[in-house]
Amino acid sequence: MTVAATPTSAATVERRTGLSVEVRDLVKRFDGHDRAAVDGVSITTEEGEYLVLLGPSGCGKTTLLRMIAGLEHQTSGDVLIGGDVVNGLPPRARRIAMVFQSYALYPHKTVRDNISFPLRAAKIDKAEQQRRIGWAAELLGIGRLLDRRPRHLSGGERQRVALARALVREPSVFLLDEPLSNLDAKLRTSARDDLREFHDRVGTTTVYVTHDQVEAMGMGDRIVVMLDGQVRQIGPPVEVYEHPADIFVATFLGSPPMNLVRRDGAIVGFRPEKMLPASVLGGRTDGHVVTHLDVHRIEHLSGDRHLHGTLTGLGEPTQVIVRLPATVLVPIDTGTTVDMVVRESDLRFFDASTEKAAPAVPLGDVHG
Amino acid sequence: MAETAAPSSTAVGERPLKAMTKAGFADRERLLARVMLLPSIVYIVALVAIPFFVAIAYSVSDVTTGNASYDFVGLRQYRTIVEDAVFRKALWNTLIFTALTMVLVVVFGKILALVLTSEFRGKWVVRFLVLLPWTTPVALATVNWLWLLDSLFSPIDWLLRQYGLLGDPSALFGASQHLTYLGKPHLAQASVIAVQAWRLIPLAAVIMMAGITAIPHELHDATEVDGAGAWRSYWEVTFPLTLPIMAVATLFGAILTFTDMTVVRVLTNGGPLHSTEVLASWAYTKGIGGGDLGQGAAIALFLFPLLLAAAVLILQAVKRMEVL
Repeated sequence: MTVAATPTSAATVERRTGLSVEVRDLVKRFDGHDRAAVDGVSITTEEGEYLVLLGPSGCGKTTLLRMIAGLEHQTSGDVLIGGDVVNGLPPRARRIAMVFQSYALYPHKTVRDNISFPLRAAKIDKAEQQRRIGWAAELLGIGRLLDRRPRHLSGGERQRVALARALVREPSVFLLDEPLSNLDAKLRTSARDDLREFHDRVGTTTVYVTHDQVEAMGMGDRIVVMLDGQVRQIGPPVEVYEHPADIFVATFLGSPPMNLVRRDGAIVGFRPEKMLPASVLGGRTDGHVVTHLDVHRIEHLSGDRHLHGTLTGLGEPTQVIVRLPATVLVPIDTGTTVDMVVRESDLRFFDASTEKAAPAVPLGDVHG
Repeated sequence: MAETAAPSSTAVGERPLKAMTKAGFADRERLLARVMLLPSIVYIVALVAIPFFVAIAYSVSDVTTGNASYDFVGLRQYRTIVEDAVFRKALWNTLIFTALTMVLVVVFGKILALVLTSEFRGKWVVRFLVLLPWTTPVALATVNWLWLLDSLFSPIDWLLRQYGLLGDPSALFGASQHLTYLGKPHLAQASVIAVQAWRLIPLAAVIMMAGITAIPHELHDATEVDGAGAWRSYWEVTFPLTLPIMAVATLFGAILTFTDMTVVRVLTNGGPLHSTEVLASWAYTKGIGGGDLGQGAAIALFLFPLLLAAAVLILQAVKRMEVL
């Protein structure tokens, strides 16, 4: 008897860079709706990129994903996969695989039959089917679940089965529609790591839809922020967070969101963690703006202190939240007014009428 | 302001406390449950349980409408009816009519359900028209069919003649001007089956529609992304997922056909030559028409084992639906 080389999971993962996905001026109007669900979106992914579509519910991100998949037909515009226009092609011809929000496992089939379904549809021979099922099951650690039915699986296990079913087709693009939203908070964190690690090993281009900014910040190579069917900003997570293109992006990302203060017809913004008590600087306030915070309430969240209060000195008096890291030990009491500083380079400026990012304005001497 | 507010707030606070110490009728769930169940229990006992046990008692007696004194005769009534050729014909007809009706109901009900769940203009009008046979009282609808199948004035015959299918030596259905549907045994049997199927298809279609629309839309999306064509998608996903509800629709239809005597009674009255006699009509003819309550009861009781089996199968199908 010859001993076949038993491949270990790490060794058998063949990295495929995947194909790029591009959409050009994509528009989708549903019958009976005045507003376009997707309103002229143009995006291009890198090969092997992990692109996250982020936005509140109803912003058109899922519709956009479904048009890339071919489950929805665009009103106008083009979808390109690997440089080829795939407008008229059905989903099966687009070399994509999709994981649905509900996972959409076939409830009457075992895990094995769920995973083999796309292989049987593609008329792949039995031996190859077995090889691929074994490979995917090992990669995702679901080998012992193969003979169970979906209803006997936990949420996390169902997600893995859905991934395995998507994986065995060896797609060039993964489309994931809020795959973590059915998991409880604790599981979501570990599933997030698993998904990203899985992507890094397989290397397939991934388009990931979520309304959760934490998922977007933590997982994406780049984030596409959408609102009302339009793209508001595309960029790496740090860039989108640090340099939001407009007020919507500034307040949608970050928890608590960016503080916005009206000043002379402009809007000045700063992230809650960018403000510190003036005493921390020891009097050297060069390059900083000194403001005053009338503290109403203090929340202790995971070691950090969240100061809720009215800020004066930056512009019009405004309700803000300041997040002091656990390492700042300056005693602060409710009901007192504290001098606070924020670095001038950490201030962001927005046009009050267009709400778009505007060039920085020198603040000069600020008096509250 | 504060002075007036204080007393009123305590008064409001006291009221629910008083109410809570004495639970209202609607809050006493056990009592409420029993009262709510009472009408259906009375109904089942009076109209199902008592007649059922009376029928068992009669079937082992010689009670007739002329002589109501109860004498136990054992299984004599059963022996008598089993030896009767008409009874055997009625039993066989009941089984065959039900089976053939169900085949038609499943096939056409399923097709209708698929048509009605797809999107097209005027869907609501079509749905309404399809449901009409189910909303018409059986007896009235059957009288309607009696005219459609009339030996002299049948519009179906007229249509066949118009298209040259009848009334000519070379025509498909022969040279006669009339097919006399209810006058020939096989045509009469086919007519009974057709009318039964006609009235049950809407019910089956609506039940199956519910089953089809209950499948989450993402499952269909998944089959599409997984590369399955319409055929594989139907047979591997839609069909298995609607199988339990199809079973329920079929078994309900079977019970309704199996126990029905209206269609036979109105359309053929069991004829010609008892060729369309079924258990229900024969039990009626013997027991009520002929006055032999004992024999009538014994004939009707032959329905029981099959109804019991159907009920068990329905409950099993429902259980399967719950675990999916």
